[in-house]
Amino acid sequence: MKLHGDRVTAFLMLLPSLILLAIFVYGFIGRTAYVSTTDWGSNPAQALALEPQLEPVGAANYVGLFTSRFNARFRQDLVNTFFFTLFFLVGCLGLGLGLAILLDQRVRGEAVFRTIFLFPFALAFIVTGTIWRWMLQPQGGLNVLPTLVGLPKLELPWLTTRQQVWRFDWRHLPAYLAVIVALVLLIFAWRAWRNQRRGRGATLGVVALALGVWGGFGAPGLTFLPYSELHGFNVAFIGIVLAAVWQMSGYTMALYLAGLRGVPEELREAARSDGASEWQLYRHVILPLLGPITLSAMIILGHISLKIFDLIWAMAGSDNAVTDVPALLMYLRTFRGNQFAEGAAIAMVLLVMVAAVIVPYLWTSLRSEVRR
Amino acid sequence: MSLTTLPRIQKRRSPWRPVVYLLLVLATIFYLLPIYLVLVTALKEATDIQLATTWNLPNPWSWGSFVTAWQAFAPKLRNSLVLAVFATVGSAMLGSLNGYVLSKWRFPGAGIVFPLMLFGMFIPYQAILIPLFQFLKSVGLYGSIWGLILTHIVYGLPITTLIFRNFYAEIPDEMLEAAKIDGSGFFGIYARIMFPLSVSGFVVVIIWQFTQIWNEFLFAVTLTNQASQPITVALAQLAGGEAVKWNLPMAGAILAALPTLLIYIVLGRYFIRGLLAGSVKG
Repeated sequence: MKLHGDRVTAFLMLLPSLILLAIFVYGFIGRTAYVSTTDWGSNPAQALALEPQLEPVGAANYVGLFTSRFNARFRQDLVNTFFFTLFFLVGCLGLGLGLAILLDQRVRGEAVFRTIFLFPFALAFIVTGTIWRWMLQPQGGLNVLPTLVGLPKLELPWLTTRQQVWRFDWRHLPAYLAVIVALVLLIFAWRAWRNQRRGRGATLGVVALALGVWGGFGAPGLTFLPYSELHGFNVAFIGIVLAAVWQMSGYTMALYLAGLRGVPEELREAARSDGASEWQLYRHVILPLLGPITLSAMIILGHISLKIFDLIWAMAGSDNAVTDVPALLMYLRTFRGNQFAEGAAIAMVLLVMVAAVIVPYLWTSLRSEVRR
Repeated sequence: MSLTTLPRIQKRRSPWRPVVYLLLVLATIFYLLPIYLVLVTALKEATDIQLATTWNLPNPWSWGSFVTAWQAFAPKLRNSLVLAVFATVGSAMLGSLNGYVLSKWRFPGAGIVFPLMLFGMFIPYQAILIPLFQFLKSVGLYGSIWGLILTHIVYGLPITTLIFRNFYAEIPDEMLEAAKIDGSGFFGIYARIMFPLSVSGFVVVIIWQFTQIWNEFLFAVTLTNQASQPITVALAQLAGGEAVKWNLPMAGAILAALPTLLIYIVLGRYFIRGLLAGSVKG
């Protein structure tokens, strides 16, 4: 039957791509996972051999990353990624939403403003980084900008500072996490209690209290490190966040603007005729409708920020420990230091972090598509 | 979802109007300030660049930086062009076929295969870099532009497939049924219906892929050698060096940015469609 033959043809046309992706994505991830459990790189003679002899070492590379004194840099990188992601998201979402709301006010020259706000998105991170490296020179760039209007020049050290704020002891991380989780649970408990679900609220409250007390006493019985190790927010990242927001906030603006344009005019008019002010209109009608856009923007920006690599390379250099992130450290350890196994372990940690963000997103968005 | 202004009922003038414009102008300054600095720096003579006078206009104006940057970067720009053109065309063609199959010739298991494909779009490429490096070395493509082209075609497949699948889903099945009755097969339908109807889909995918591949850095820095490196790697090396005066990296940045900027300015509508298609479920 002809139709049947065409179905086979269709599948055969797809097959090469499927095989390629199966090998290049899943096969290679599997290979990286395997490499991360070997000693590849510890013997310099084997490091660059075409057929290196690999000895299994189990989870030693991972244990090393999280507990060895030599890998404090990796742990600081995780802290860096956390703060970078936080400020990058807040900056892009806040600025993007603000600009979209401004443009939503039927301004003249909207197309021109839109074009200007979005153009950095067309640039390479390397180009953005090169430009901002020049913008943030300690003795020039942004720092001398105030002198143009007669003000004294700024003395911000931007990328070169080694200052760290909000320092905390990595050893106490389980305790901090326990307290944070307890606080979140407490909020849920309060809401359940208020919604007449007393039993559920009480259970959650007790769990939260126990967790909080355990964390408050320093989470006895669970230590990440046997010794004290301080980490914090590296102030040098402020400049990188600034450049990243400059590049990507136009993207969130475009998303939000598309969302705002999707709000039916009748809905706005109905709210206005009910006596809602413009502020109330946005606060109670329009912003709640933008929730799903915010969520997908957070996921897209979040996975970009976990992987950020070229921007930092171009702005602060690849070797600068202060502005290091796991994506960069993986490259350095693997292709500069020939520590292939350790590089693979960092890559796997990175993959797990990204997957934690992306897999639920793919899962829910594809499921909702099937239902549609 | 369209960004074009819808016709609206005229509303009474709000006293906040001037504030809206003031904020927009401030934002415009924020986005354009770096561009001003790039231009004035690139148009200065190397000896004319002082940190204290960064923001001053060039005196005298000079195109010398562009001449020097062009001489240094012409081969790298050529590499980027070859890379972006071949990898874009390759991934667009395959993605179009894949999208056609996945939207119109559904087979059992497609619901599992498709998300598994899409996941490849989001992974941090560090997670496949070591085996990829080994693989390209073993087949003799390491260090060449062809290895990089192959890499970009493969890892471009998820996004191109996604965009084409969403695009083809809009084409009504009845058209295919009619063509089948007329005796068209798999390729006949593709050549006579899907391909001609997907010209604007191709424009979106080609613009998106070209921009992404032109701007890419991680694969480029890991998998190429001095002779085959694209412009992003060359620019990073130049700007990372301490001895170079800033006019040269700035002129280089402009050269590296021009192709994608031109695409954005001339074909902005399609650029934004690609951007939305690449991120939000269509």
